[in-house]
Amino acid sequence: MDTKTFIIAAVIKIALVVFIMLTGVAYTTWLERKLIGRIQNRWGPTRVGPFGLLQPLADGVKFILKEDLLPDYVHKGLFILAPMLALVMSLISIAVIPFGETITIAGHTTALQISGITHAGGGISDINIGLLIILGVTSIGVYGVALAGWSSNSKYSLLGSLRASAQMISYELALGLSLVGILLLSGTLSLREIVFSQSGNWVLGGHDTHVPHWFIFPQIVGFFIYLLAAYAETNRIPFDMPEAETELVAGYHTEYSSMKFAMFFMAEYVNMFTVACLATLLFFGGWHGPHLGFLPPIGQALLPVVYFAAKVFFFIFLYIWIRGTLPRFRYDQLMAFGWKFLLPLAIANIIVTSLIVAWGA
Amino acid sequence: MVHQVLFIVFGLICVAGAINLLVQRHPISSALSLVVVMASLALIYLLLGAEFVAAIQVIVYAGAIMVLFVFVIMLLNAGAEERTRGSRMALIVGVPGVIILAGTVGWMLVSGSGRLGGVNLVGPSSFGETHAIARLLFKEFLLPFEITSVLILIAIMGAVVLGKREN
Repeated sequence: MDTKTFIIAAVIKIALVVFIMLTGVAYTTWLERKLIGRIQNRWGPTRVGPFGLLQPLADGVKFILKEDLLPDYVHKGLFILAPMLALVMSLISIAVIPFGETITIAGHTTALQISGITHAGGGISDINIGLLIILGVTSIGVYGVALAGWSSNSKYSLLGSLRASAQMISYELALGLSLVGILLLSGTLSLREIVFSQSGNWVLGGHDTHVPHWFIFPQIVGFFIYLLAAYAETNRIPFDMPEAETELVAGYHTEYSSMKFAMFFMAEYVNMFTVACLATLLFFGGWHGPHLGFLPPIGQALLPVVYFAAKVFFFIFLYIWIRGTLPRFRYDQLMAFGWKFLLPLAIANIIVTSLIVAWGA
Repeated sequence: MVHQVLFIVFGLICVAGAINLLVQRHPISSALSLVVVMASLALIYLLLGAEFVAAIQVIVYAGAIMVLFVFVIMLLNAGAEERTRGSRMALIVGVPGVIILAGTVGWMLVSGSGRLGGVNLVGPSSFGETHAIARLLFKEFLLPFEITSVLILIAIMGAVVLGKREN
């Protein structure tokens, strides 16, 4: 693939993924309001369009048209920088996520991944530290929240961002350690390779068990640690301490309005998508699924992407379901849970997994 | 060609961030300049082919340690620092010291450029790959690596003991 084709393909992929991601974010807010409504025996949005389907558009117009307030005594530069940092860092992590294997259009084969590269020989490779890039970018994203609270010059914002940074640093440890089991089993940091190592079925004692070779089965403990830590990282219920509205008005984004507030909102939802994509790629076999032979070729080509999207949708649904079900933790409970339960459990999981891997080798 | 240009660009950003760190009066601005320095250092590592070191640089230094710095600055609500006109000790001892140190290091680098060895900036290199680093850490340098981690553990325990002491 020459440089020109590469750049054209990359630009098309970036535009497409950003468009789909932001549309997905907009309709996740609709889905959330609809589902929470049903859980609480209400209807949710019904007025704008059929089933309230145009509600996200109306919300978008509202955000753009609202007055962009800049309160007195804020640190102007950081106040403006913080929401941008949060959104940009959440969007960057999408660049390394593979949505499917490859797609061939007009003789050009390209990976379904922004950072996937087609070599001259036709082979595909991606960044071989993909997982570390996601972890690194997420850890930089903490600055968005921390600086938003500090630069706002308001006590509620400051308390919210102090809680947020303490919580994110604490749960980042458990999150990172919960993924070590996957790395031990797959032996690579490239997300594409991790998905490839989950193809086929588990074989026990020479028998095909007909259970897909997904890492959820040996790493079920790691999966639950990941899920809990990731919920805390994305500041979602039951870990939404940084924006607990009954205690802190709205937490770190109390002073924000208009598009700056919308940026924080979008960043939170894009982070939810990243968590869902990562759970799918690492524990649920990525785009792998049952082979359906009766579909036409175009259906066969798109089937992996459909499987991937379905798994991601399941995790987004789980987020909303949990929000409609669970109450909020108390702050000391949250910290004790992270440090005294999740972290030791993650370390125990690593020790057991590495013993089993060493015994098998 | 692209590599050289990127190296110079990130090197300049790194030095500019370091100077800004010293010039800024507010602790938060200084801490954020340090984040810029660390991020551009990570990009220089990436240019050298040391992708694992680059990722760890971002995760550990920029993402964890500096977040703690910013956290503490926010918690103590430290204001802008006051300016002094500098002490006489700094003028008498510091300035000549810096000149001598910079001169020595510069002379060493220029005179020893043939002996010091170098890294190929353009071609592929494998010294920074995850596997290579793991092999170095867990085979060749296993003992120093483990001793360092024990040392850090002792430091953490010391901090906890000092923090919990009642008086």
